This record gives sequence, structure tokens and C-alpha cells, in this order.
Amino acid sequence: MLKRFQDISLIDVILFLIRVAIIVLVVWGTVATIIKNPYDASTWIDTIISGIAQGSLYALIAIGYTLVYGVLFMINFAHGEFFMSGILTAAVFLAVPMSESGFLDAHPIIGLLLIAAVAIIVSVAIALLTERVAYRPLRKAPRLVPLITAIGASFFWQYFFRGLYGSEVKPFPQIAVLAGKTTIAGVDILKNQIVVIIAAILMLVGLYIFVMKTTTGKSIRAVAEDKDVAALMGIDVDKTVSITFAMGSAMAGIAGVLYALVFRQVHFFMGFIPGLKAFTAAVLGGIGSIPGAAIGGFFLGMFESVGPGLFFEGLGVPAPHQLKDVIAFTMLVLVLIFRPQGIVGERLAEKKA
Amino acid sequence: METKMSLQLKDAIQQGLISGLVVLALSVIGLVALFGERDLIAGVFTLGQVFLYAVPAAMAFSLAGKLKAGKQSQALLFGLVVGVVTALPLILLVILATSVDIRQYLVNVSPALIDHLTYNQGVVVGSLMLIVVMGLLGVVAAGLQLLPNHIKRGILSGLIWTLGIGLFSEILSSRIRDFFGAAVIQYIFKSKALVAWVAGLIFILVTSLTIWQQQRKSHKTETARILTTEQQKKLQWAKFGGGAVLLLVLPLLLGTYLSEVMNNVGIYILMGMGLNIVVGFAGLLDLGYVAFFAIGAYTMAILTTQGQLGISNLTFWTALPICVLAAVSAGVMLGIPVLRMRGDYLAIVTLGFGEIIRILALSDLLKPYIGGAQGVLQIPKPSIGSLSLIKPEQLYYVILGGVLLATFVSWRLRDSRLGRQWMAMREDEDVAEAMGINLVNTKLLAFAIGAGFSGLSGAIFASKLTSIFPHSFDLLKSIYVLCLIIVGGIGSLPGVVVGALVLIGLPELLREFAEYRMLMYGALLIVMMLAKPEGFWPSAVMRRELHAHQDEASPETAGSD
Repeated sequence: MLKRFQDISLIDVILFLIRVAIIVLVVWGTVATIIKNPYDASTWIDTIISGIAQGSLYALIAIGYTLVYGVLFMINFAHGEFFMSGILTAAVFLAVPMSESGFLDAHPIIGLLLIAAVAIIVSVAIALLTERVAYRPLRKAPRLVPLITAIGASFFWQYFFRGLYGSEVKPFPQIAVLAGKTTIAGVDILKNQIVVIIAAILMLVGLYIFVMKTTTGKSIRAVAEDKDVAALMGIDVDKTVSITFAMGSAMAGIAGVLYALVFRQVHFFMGFIPGLKAFTAAVLGGIGSIPGAAIGGFFLGMFESVGPGLFFEGLGVPAPHQLKDVIAFTMLVLVLIFRPQGIVGERLAEKKA
Repeated sequence: METKMSLQLKDAIQQGLISGLVVLALSVIGLVALFGERDLIAGVFTLGQVFLYAVPAAMAFSLAGKLKAGKQSQALLFGLVVGVVTALPLILLVILATSVDIRQYLVNVSPALIDHLTYNQGVVVGSLMLIVVMGLLGVVAAGLQLLPNHIKRGILSGLIWTLGIGLFSEILSSRIRDFFGAAVIQYIFKSKALVAWVAGLIFILVTSLTIWQQQRKSHKTETARILTTEQQKKLQWAKFGGGAVLLLVLPLLLGTYLSEVMNNVGIYILMGMGLNIVVGFAGLLDLGYVAFFAIGAYTMAILTTQGQLGISNLTFWTALPICVLAAVSAGVMLGIPVLRMRGDYLAIVTLGFGEIIRILALSDLLKPYIGGAQGVLQIPKPSIGSLSLIKPEQLYYVILGGVLLATFVSWRLRDSRLGRQWMAMREDEDVAEAMGINLVNTKLLAFAIGAGFSGLSGAIFASKLTSIFPHSFDLLKSIYVLCLIIVGGIGSLPGVVVGALVLIGLPELLREFAEYRMLMYGALLIVMMLAKPEGFWPSAVMRRELHAHQDEASPETAGSD
């Protein structure tokens, strides 16, 4: 008994030391940066706004992880590929030809809506196909099995779309109306970023209302609560799971369009890293919770954008922006280790599945 | 009666559509056209045609197999339907591609693809030919199902052997040339493919052999198979000795190129053995496994390099234990924080660790020590005395030694107390803990030993390549290793070897595959999990467990329907 107690306390001590070390590093870096003061105020504001824009993309993608985790308790590793497939297809078939013909600049709203529609349709189709073929037959299998098929699906779709559209990075056209900056309340903001932030917030609020107020939303919540009882209440579980996948991937499809607006390039590998980071965001906010995914997304975007300048600059790290991804992944690791329930979520117990 | 017929016909159309869409997908991503250039049987059959015909043939074959006895006359009809329906999406593609410039969107819809699909006959004649060929193919494949079992099996293995030998013609011909001289080659092979009559000969030979063997098996009673314990033991030793001799002389038989391939396979077997302990025995899904490989490789690199980054002049052999030690301690260090995590969360955290290590290796932060994106160069190859092991045939023995060591350790660990603790933990952590298993030590040992094998593998890798770069250590490598142990069979030691040979060895021999490797791996992971979750060479425990699970699950699913 005593021995077991000692083992656990040793681990606790180590974990505690890791915690302290990280806090010390972050505080030290921040204080040193503030003393050094390498950037002026407008740089910081730009960084913060681009962090919010980035965060709203993460939030949109994270919704997909959270919804699917909510109903199936599985990490849909292929979600980043749903995000990629829609916008890549829309870019190849619509955005580039429309931009070359001048249609996109003449009618930007119709053009963007068309692009978004195609992106959503393709993303949803890929998601439903994946769910039907790779996930549904394995719903009763041990938990690692669907995770492995999800990893397989992720790589399959990446290289499928690479074969389809080629491996090069494709430029996404800049829309004339959205070029340049505008001033809101005395702050210069890129117009693209305003569109992204507003669209993301609208989508998130809309989704939240949908899940909370409609019958379909209610059945999704019921299935998330308990599949068997939901089935007894007359809910078609398979259909509800499909709807959940469709909603998550529709959000991913929109996120793809917004991503392309900001970064102005698309390629077959673009879904992987944003997918991982959005998963981080979902976990950070508390996986299974929709507001959690939104909050986690904005948090992560902020940290990633501000972090390198704020923490690493002060520590004297050369080229701190190379380590942007390290911040995201470190946060993922730390959150999973120290606070797996996330910021707002209750912890979804392992045993529930 | 009538309704059943129409239902089945609908099934046939549905199967045909699925197979048509699959073949369409294979065509538009470029597999059919790319491998249309690669002959299996000279002038007769290409690898691209395998991609074209395999799916509808399999669909027709399996559909015909589902028909009840007495209804077999329908089989041919259904085969025909599957074949013809398969052709329709392809014909649509041909028409679309010849009327619109579709290639600016879909890069792989090339004129070559259209030529392959239409047999170089133009759109109209070619499309008709495609329908006829696909229809015939469906009929033949479905008809095959009507034959007696042993003949069916004979023809199938005949086909597989013939196409397999055709696929590896290039390698085989170079080996035969080395041993029997160039004169023989021209009769058997023509420009990297089998000559038609040789292919026919192989087909007939294998088919009749298999049929003969099947018949003999069915006639034979079991009495002939019983051996005394003494005899069994002798047989085992003979097999063991034969295997050992084969392993020792393998590089002489294989030649330089194939030895190099074997070395790559060996590196992966080593990694696979390690991951097999972590995932297969202990049930901890580790997606950042490549991190330990990287640590082993970088340790070897900076300890032995002759370049600027070197910190000592150790030889390969003295540096090797240090590399393993470094990887083991990294395994423990990464293991401690994740001790409390389970299942998929653990997978994601380890993935995060792996990515952090890779980004750090690339960053300017560590550049003064490990070279950043430029990597570490001028790593010496291992040497024995004054003999430097430069050729792949010589390095083979170093890797073989490592593989044998890892296999032996895994084998002994599997049946040890620790091995049983791992497996208990894999089944249920809480119960295992209640049974008095110290989870902390057990988990850390799994991480440490797994990391050690991976570090060993990385160290050999660094000194085999003589230079290393951060991009050799990306996530894909972890996925490769995961794939190979899953394909071979999770927790199975021969499975690791089989998996590495199939997943690492085959693609090395089919260099054109490179672009499609990850596509195949992804599809393979899904298909394996759906159809054969225990792998090709399952461990006894896994086989029992997964089938027990199926037995449990099936009444449940039947109940819910």
C-alpha cells in the first residue's frame, strides 16, 4: 500500500515540476519580452487580429471534432481532409476559372456563395462516404480500431486528392473587393480577416441554435447522451450520426473557403496540420461541447499568433516564428496531460464508451 | 420467385455501379494510365489492366458466390450485368474527356488514359470494346464460381503466381542473368516483362500443381500426418537450421540492389518490433514513435560524424549502446507525463510529441547542435577492424544482428511475467491494477524497451545513410510502422516481418508506386480493419480475442436490427 502510494506521489511530483517549469518559462519569457519591447503597438494589434481570424478558422473546424466525438466517442482523424477536399475541389473547378474570366471580381458575393456551396457539398459527400465505409461497420469494435481506420482514411483522402488535382500548391485568387485594409474604430484590419471573423461567428451561433432549438438538434443531443435509449425513443441513430457528420463537415467546408481567402493558396496537404490544431482547440475547450470548441479555437489562435513573439522572443530564441507549431502542440500535450476536461467541458469519462 | 430475381438483379446493378465508380476513381487519380506503361506479360497484359479489371472481376466473383445452389444459372447473367455496368462510368469519362478539356482540372485524365480505356480504337469502337470486354470479364469471373472448388482454387493461384512473377520480372531477370548468364534471359523475359508463352506455362504449371495438391489433400486421411515427438523435433531443428543458413547466405543470392532493399526492410522490422511491444503487447497506441528513431539517429550522428557538428570520435560500435540508452531515457521521459492517459488521447499526445521533436530538429534553436534543415553529414559507416562495411551486402549482417536480437528479446519478453503484465494491462487497466500489477513500471518498461529498439534502428539508419535530415523523421514514418504491424498482425512477431516485407519491401521494388504509396497504405489500413483486423499472420491470442469479439457482437447486432 505504502509502495503504491509512493509511486503515485513520485509521478505527481514530476508532473508538478513540469507544470512549474513551464509557468516559469512562460512568465520569464513574457517579462523579458516586455522589458525588451521589440515590437510597437500596431504590430501587436495586427498579431492579435490575425490570431482571432486564425482562431475562428480553428473554431469552425473544431466543431466537427466535437460533434463527432460527442455522438461516437471517436477522434475523427480524417476531419482535416474533409476540410481540404471541399475547398480544393471548389478552387480547381470554380474559383480559378471564375477569377480568370473576371466573374469573381464582378460578382464577388454570388461567386463566393457558389464556391462555398461546392466546398460544402464536396466536404459533406466525402464525410458521409467515409462514415459509411470506414466508421459505421466498426461502431462496436474496440476503440482503437476506428481510430486506426480514421488515420487510414486521412492518408487515403490526402493522396487521393493529390492524384486527382496534382501535388502542386494552387494559388487561390484574391477578390478585388476584399483586397487591402479598412479602418474600424481607428484600427487597420485586413478586409479578408473581417469576413472570416464575421462569417465564423455567424456560423458558430447558427450551429449552436440549430443543435439547441431544433428537433434534429435534439436528436443529436439524445444520441450523444445514450445511443441505445435514443434508439428506443424512436430516433434513427444511423441517420442522426450521418447528420452529425454532415454538419461537422459542412462547417469544415466553410472553414476551407475562409482559409483560402486568408492564405490564398490550397493544396492536398493543407488539411492535416489545421486538422490537428483544430483538434487541439476542441480538446482545449472541452471536447464534446460546442461553445467549448469555439472558445478553444479562439484561444489557440491567439496563443499561436501572440505566443512566439511574447514568450520566445524574451527567451532569446532565434527565429521564434518557426516555433509557432510547437506552441500549438505543446498546448495540446499540456492540456491533455493536466486538464483533459478542457476549459468549459466536463470530462467525458473513458468508461462511457 | 419473381421478386427474388428482380432483387438480385438490382444487387448486380448496384455492385456494378460501385465497381464502376471505384475503377473510375482509380483511373482519374492516374493509377490505370501510369501502370498501363508497365507490362506484366510482354505485349499482352499490363499492371494498369490489373487495376482496370480486378475490381469488377472480384465483384462478379463474390456476387456469384452469394447465389444459392440451384440458382447458379443466373450467375453468368449477373456477371454480365456487373461487367457492363462497370464499363458505363468509364465510357462517360471517355466521352467527357474527348469533348471537354478536362485535364486542366483533373491532371491525370491524360490522352494516355483515354487510349488505355478505349484500347487505342477511338471513342466509339473503343467504348463498345470496353463494354464487351468488361461484360465477358464479368461472365468469366462469375462462371469461375460455378467450377468445383479445387479447380477454382487452382485457377486463382495460377493467376496470382503468373501476375506476381510478371510484376517482379525486372528483379528476377537480373538475378537469373547473374547466375545463368544473359543467354537464358531472352527466352523468358522481354523488356521487364514475361514472354507470353512462359507466362502461359507458369499459369498451367501452377494451376495443375494446385489442383493436384488440393485433390491429394482431400483424399488423404489424417493418419499420414501424425509424426512422433522425436520426428517433430527433428523437423523443427531442420527448419530452423535451413532458415538460419538462408538468412546468412541471402545477400549472396540477392545481389547489391536487393540487399539494399532487405536492409531497409530490416530497419523497419527493428522499429516494428519496438512498436509491437508498445502497441501490440501493452496496447498503448503511440503515434510519435518516430521521435525515438530520430533520437537514436541524431545521437549516432553527432557522436560519430567527421563533420563540424561532431562532439566525439567514437566508432559505430561504441556509439551504439549510447544511442540505445539515449532513446530509452527519452522513452521514459516522454512516458512519465502520459502515464495517466489512455486510448485515443494517448495517441494524440504522442503524435504531438513526435511533431514537437521534428519541428525542434528543424528549428534554428537547435541548429548549432544538430544542423537544422541541413542535417548532419559525414557519418562514417560501421567497420569491423580495418574493414569498413560499405556495401549493402556487408551492412546486411549488422542489421540482421539487430533484427535477430530484437526478435529474440521480444519473443522472450512476450512469454515472460512482464509480457503477461503488458497483455493484462492491454485488456483492462483497472482490472490489471487490481490484480497487483504496477502500472507505472509496466507502462514505462513498455515505452522504454520500444524506444530502445527504435533508437537502435535509428542509429543503424544514420550510419547506413551517412547523413541525416529532419525530414526523414516525419509523422509518415510512424504511420508506416503502425501500418506494417497492423497488416502483419498486432502483437505477432512473424507478423512484423511479413508486414515489413509487404509494405516496405514491395514498394521498393515497384518504384513507380512511390506517389501512390500512402494512398495504398491508407486504403490498406481501412480494409484490414474491416476485413481482417487480426492481420495476415496473427498472434494466437489476437486471433482468439477478435473472433470471440465477433461471436459476442453478432447476436447483439442481430438483436438490434
